[in-house]
Amino acid sequence: MGKRVLLIEDEPNIIEAITYILSRDGWDVLSHSNGEDAVEAVAAHAPDIVILDVMLPGRSGYDILGDLRRGEATAELPIMMLTARGQARDREIADELGATRFMSKPFSNAAVLDAIRDMAIEA
Amino acid sequence: MARSALTGTRIRERRLVLGLKQASLAKAVDISPSYLNLIEHNRRSIGGKLLSAIAQVLEVESAALTEGAEVALMADLREAATVSDIVPEIDRLEEFAGRFPGWARLLADLGTRVTSLEQTVETLTDRLAHDPFLSDALHDILTTVTAIRSTAGILTDTQEIEPDWQRRFLRNIGEDSERLSGTSQSLVAYLDGVEDVHDGKSAPQEELDEFLAAQGFHFPQLEADPDRDLDAVLAEAGFSAHLPAARALALTHLRDYAADARAMPMGAVREAVARAGPSLPALAEALGADLFTLFRRLAALPAEVAGQTYGLATCDASGTLIFRKPLDGFALPRFGSACALWPLFQALSVPHQPLRARLTMPGRGERGFDVYATARAVGPAHFSSPARVEAAMLFTPAGPADSKTGHVGVSCRICPISDCPARREPTILSATF
Repeated sequence: MGKRVLLIEDEPNIIEAITYILSRDGWDVLSHSNGEDAVEAVAAHAPDIVILDVMLPGRSGYDILGDLRRGEATAELPIMMLTARGQARDREIADELGATRFMSKPFSNAAVLDAIRDMAIEA
Repeated sequence: MARSALTGTRIRERRLVLGLKQASLAKAVDISPSYLNLIEHNRRSIGGKLLSAIAQVLEVESAALTEGAEVALMADLREAATVSDIVPEIDRLEEFAGRFPGWARLLADLGTRVTSLEQTVETLTDRLAHDPFLSDALHDILTTVTAIRSTAGILTDTQEIEPDWQRRFLRNIGEDSERLSGTSQSLVAYLDGVEDVHDGKSAPQEELDEFLAAQGFHFPQLEADPDRDLDAVLAEAGFSAHLPAARALALTHLRDYAADARAMPMGAVREAVARAGPSLPALAEALGADLFTLFRRLAALPAEVAGQTYGLATCDASGTLIFRKPLDGFALPRFGSACALWPLFQALSVPHQPLRARLTMPGRGERGFDVYATARAVGPAHFSSPARVEAAMLFTPAGPADSKTGHVGVSCRICPISDCPARREPTILSATF
């Protein structure tokens, strides 16, 4: 079994597509679709990489990112933010909060795959 | 050229409109044609009985001949002067309007249009930046496009794909394209609505203001029957709201109007005015109304019923103007904040305490106004929430200003009072006051 990716995203068809792509590349992909208990989900699954959507039901991805960075176990965890808002200000917020990567929707499968592979190497 | 010096020109214009010969008008008011000629060419001043007699023959109010539309034009020109950084010769405004009335009207109209378009741009910018529907719709579209792109990528790039996955991905694309289609359609419908903003009606309150001004702030249908269907009243008055919120505001206004007309029918007001005279407290007592409601009622009635011509401004506890009925010589800002010295705002800090003042606005022909203000609590009091307060300011012309008359402005930008302690921002006008 390869390294574990936790995908925190509420759009089922995006979850399905990313899960398929990463699984074929050898990743163990888990998903979680609620923002409210996302931090607990990260603690429970102990992933190697997190893909975190910004707009989630219950809680903003930025708030979750902030909590994860404050947690000792997750302070250095590679996290890629996904957002439908690709504006400079959103990138700045993600950077300030400590995101490892930032990807705007819509993205290509190849871009997601490359980003995850890079993050695994850098980690 | 002073405004009063243009009285002759207006007499001449009005006479020509009526197709009346100079000799006929002169004969009707018992003066020689040559003297009338001097008056019409602004070489003789005119006033008193002769002015009244000429006004009567010309079927207009005397004030229309002495001031015409000049006061409103001056106010519009002053506002037009605020739309640019270029500071024109404000002290020569009257001369400009007198010598080039057509250009003055054009400039005033352009100023109004610029202000209106700036409001439109502001509204659209605000809508684009903060509109929750637009934000949600765009987010939904990008999310759905992401799902379609990713799934289509898998279908086209994966050489050997399991039939189960293939079926699932095809179904997903079908679902997402249907969702994309729905969101796109609702977005187009929404943006079609936004086009209405370009009609110059940038805010619901502005639309309501224009509608009420066009009706003269008076609704004979509700005077005759306060229980009439309000939608029917709006339809009869030709109200066609560009913005749905404007209709809601108009209905709220008419509900208050109908309640006031029910509580104080026009006949009862006429009788009370004849009995009590212009004393507002006496009128309120005679009609069994609180001052706030009386103010609103008087401003909705013609001068022959209310006894005088009344203007009105109301505001909420934040000081935001909710209702505006300006008078010539007492302008109310269409946009932005008003003069902090208005009794309207002082009344907010002393609810139920009526305030009265004799005031004038600079550059408005030094005309005095009797101004009354009062504030009241709205709705029941609760320990758990702050009281809602609203204030009303009624004003009526009161002859020339004198040394005892206080000074207020319209708003800081177009107010020339240089040493005003309440000034919020610099004026664009030179200190001519």
